[in-house]
Amino acid sequence: MVALTPISRKPVSFYVPVVAAAGAIAGLFVGTANGSGFMGVIVGAIIAGALAFLLTQIVKNEKLGRWATTVIVAIVGYFAAGIPGLIIGAAFGWFFSWFSFWLYEGRYRARVAPYLTPGQVLWHFAFRVICGAIFIFLITPILVVMPLSFNAENFFTFTPEMLSFDPAGYSLKHYRDFFNSSDWQGAVLNSIKIAPAATFLSVSFGTLAAIGLSQQHVPFRRAIMAILISPMIVPLIISAAGMYFFYSRVGLQGTYLGVVLAHAALGIPFVIITVTATLVGFDRSLTRAAANMGANPVTTFFRVQMPLILPGVISGGLFAFITSFDEVVVVLFVGSAGQKTLPWQMFTGLREQISPTILAVATILVAISICLLTVVELLRRRSERLRGMSPA
Amino acid sequence: MKFTTTLLASSAIVGAGTLAFADAHGNMAKEMTLVSWGGAYQASQDKAYVQPYLEMHPDVTAVWDESSAEAVAKLRAMNEAGNVTWDLVDVVAADAIRLCDEGLAMEIDADEVLAAAPDGTSASDDFGDLLVSDCFIPQIVYSTTFGYRTDMVGDTPPTKICDVFDTDAYPGKRALEKRPINNMEWALLCDGVDKADVYDVLATPEGQEKALAKLDTIKDDVIWWSAGADTPQLLADGEIVMGSTYNGRLFSVIEEQKQPVAMLWDAQVFDLDGWIIPAGLPDDRLARVMDFVKFATDTQRLADQSKYISYGPARLSSAPLVGQHADMGIDMAPHMPTDPANAQNTFLYNYEFWADYRDDIDAKFQAWLAQ
Repeated sequence: MVALTPISRKPVSFYVPVVAAAGAIAGLFVGTANGSGFMGVIVGAIIAGALAFLLTQIVKNEKLGRWATTVIVAIVGYFAAGIPGLIIGAAFGWFFSWFSFWLYEGRYRARVAPYLTPGQVLWHFAFRVICGAIFIFLITPILVVMPLSFNAENFFTFTPEMLSFDPAGYSLKHYRDFFNSSDWQGAVLNSIKIAPAATFLSVSFGTLAAIGLSQQHVPFRRAIMAILISPMIVPLIISAAGMYFFYSRVGLQGTYLGVVLAHAALGIPFVIITVTATLVGFDRSLTRAAANMGANPVTTFFRVQMPLILPGVISGGLFAFITSFDEVVVVLFVGSAGQKTLPWQMFTGLREQISPTILAVATILVAISICLLTVVELLRRRSERLRGMSPA
Repeated sequence: MKFTTTLLASSAIVGAGTLAFADAHGNMAKEMTLVSWGGAYQASQDKAYVQPYLEMHPDVTAVWDESSAEAVAKLRAMNEAGNVTWDLVDVVAADAIRLCDEGLAMEIDADEVLAAAPDGTSASDDFGDLLVSDCFIPQIVYSTTFGYRTDMVGDTPPTKICDVFDTDAYPGKRALEKRPINNMEWALLCDGVDKADVYDVLATPEGQEKALAKLDTIKDDVIWWSAGADTPQLLADGEIVMGSTYNGRLFSVIEEQKQPVAMLWDAQVFDLDGWIIPAGLPDDRLARVMDFVKFATDTQRLADQSKYISYGPARLSSAPLVGQHADMGIDMAPHMPTDPANAQNTFLYNYEFWADYRDDIDAKFQAWLAQ
């Protein structure tokens, strides 16, 4: 297909305006950061358009043109804004010179089917750009947190030292704060105590409920399911307030057991949903076969059914764990100061003192979450492979 | 605890008659839940009197709960649920008055519960006018005042509160608290109202309009804050040229974080912060709290607190004992809002006025904000 698609050079009237439009978008960001978005758009469009024309019509040599542009824009960036300017400038220079030649040579056609209309080609790339933009929009706030957590100052600010990559601008002191403060360590300890206990309860009850509710003969299955799932749907603050008054009356408020039970109730829906989903692919004749061979229901469950639905149970358990580990509203109501969990500590810390210690904690938690989600994904692939749904 | 142990032992020998006495004084709860604001302020309380108290009573533990910001709502809920888990709550005076009115805080007799000054002055005279409510045990005087970036104001730094409203001389954003209290007073003052008449004017609808109209002149340049930590962050970022916050926060920005920031003390508004004891505590917990609070609010302890944070002690007798910062070794007196050099033009939070007019003015202020 690649070889079949004809590639030809494009007219100036096509690619110069397109590159200028891309320059205008880049200029919008740069201009807004410097106080005038409108000026940025105009200047960006003019510079990018002129660059495209210059490279393709005057320089012509692609390799030379792209290297020269990257280096020159990087140097301009360095004199305008130091080392960060150098990096951003190099990135801009590389991108716009590549983009100019890519359009000029018509290479964008090479990877798409030859019969597509220009509109379809445009959509093909626009779709990818939009997806990328959404991805960046979602991920940037998380990425910004990470370098800031190495800030040497006590504010959420990129200091000039940090921006010029001066080692003096960076420090591990917020990580030290986190590991040395009894408040934070107590909170971590509480989270580590509460989350696994809540996960264990959620997984046990959730799995049993899912298996029971997937039997055809259980009456009011849908109604029971809806009630069990409801903690996911009811606004958290309502569950929390209800639990507060109920637990106060029965003496569970302000105890570890109370917080564990509350978190288990929040985690059960996740387990039910994931286990129910795996049960759809479970062949019931296996349990009948086991019974036929003399196994009682408990043995059948642990020896036959459980191993097959294990991936669903584990991913449900991971969701339940993260729910408990991340939860702040319910614990603020149901817990007392003795059960202060990590999110609670972050919440009060952020309100009372804006300290980058929270960013250090956030970075650590993001790393943990990435590990957990990687495990879920690996388990999912393994189960697909075992079922032969995808080639190993 | 030796004393109480002996007491318990002797009372056991003497018999049931004295056992009741031992119950009240010897059987103190071993755990206290103290509620405060977190941050540097809570740390100053911890160092000045909680840790010393725990050293004197090694079998007692104290747990901090950083819930003072929602103390009123939480105490209401606890009371409704019949499950008060807090033993001592740090609140601003206005909240203390509210909690006292609602019967959620215990009324106390200052002279009976609190220690007298070292020279024998009774507690009620030592605290004087600061005992603004029957339930309130004052600890510190703090002020809400302005800080400005020294590198963004040119050669003529602001010296008067009205410089906040002068966007020509001091262009840039200002941070103000997202509530009418303090802002309305400052606006009227800078609109030419005499300081003595501010609350009379503010009581009238025309006066309220006038204050909002003055605030309207800088509305486009205002960033509204709701947490005390916001303004220090904005100042450190250079996002704002000046902003109001609690003076202790500014002290930390200037002296501890070494940011290019200076204080504008003109027309600072004093407010009080102190303890309340929740109503309806069981006897053993109440006995423990009473014992602690007597220690924690004596003359030396309140003076000690000013070693860690630049808030003025609420006792008259503590003022001469204010010394140097515990870590930095700088004199704390010039950083106190009550220092004569800083306190040339001050307001005291007008509890009566705001109790009467708060809802009304709040509604107008919020409507104006939304315009």
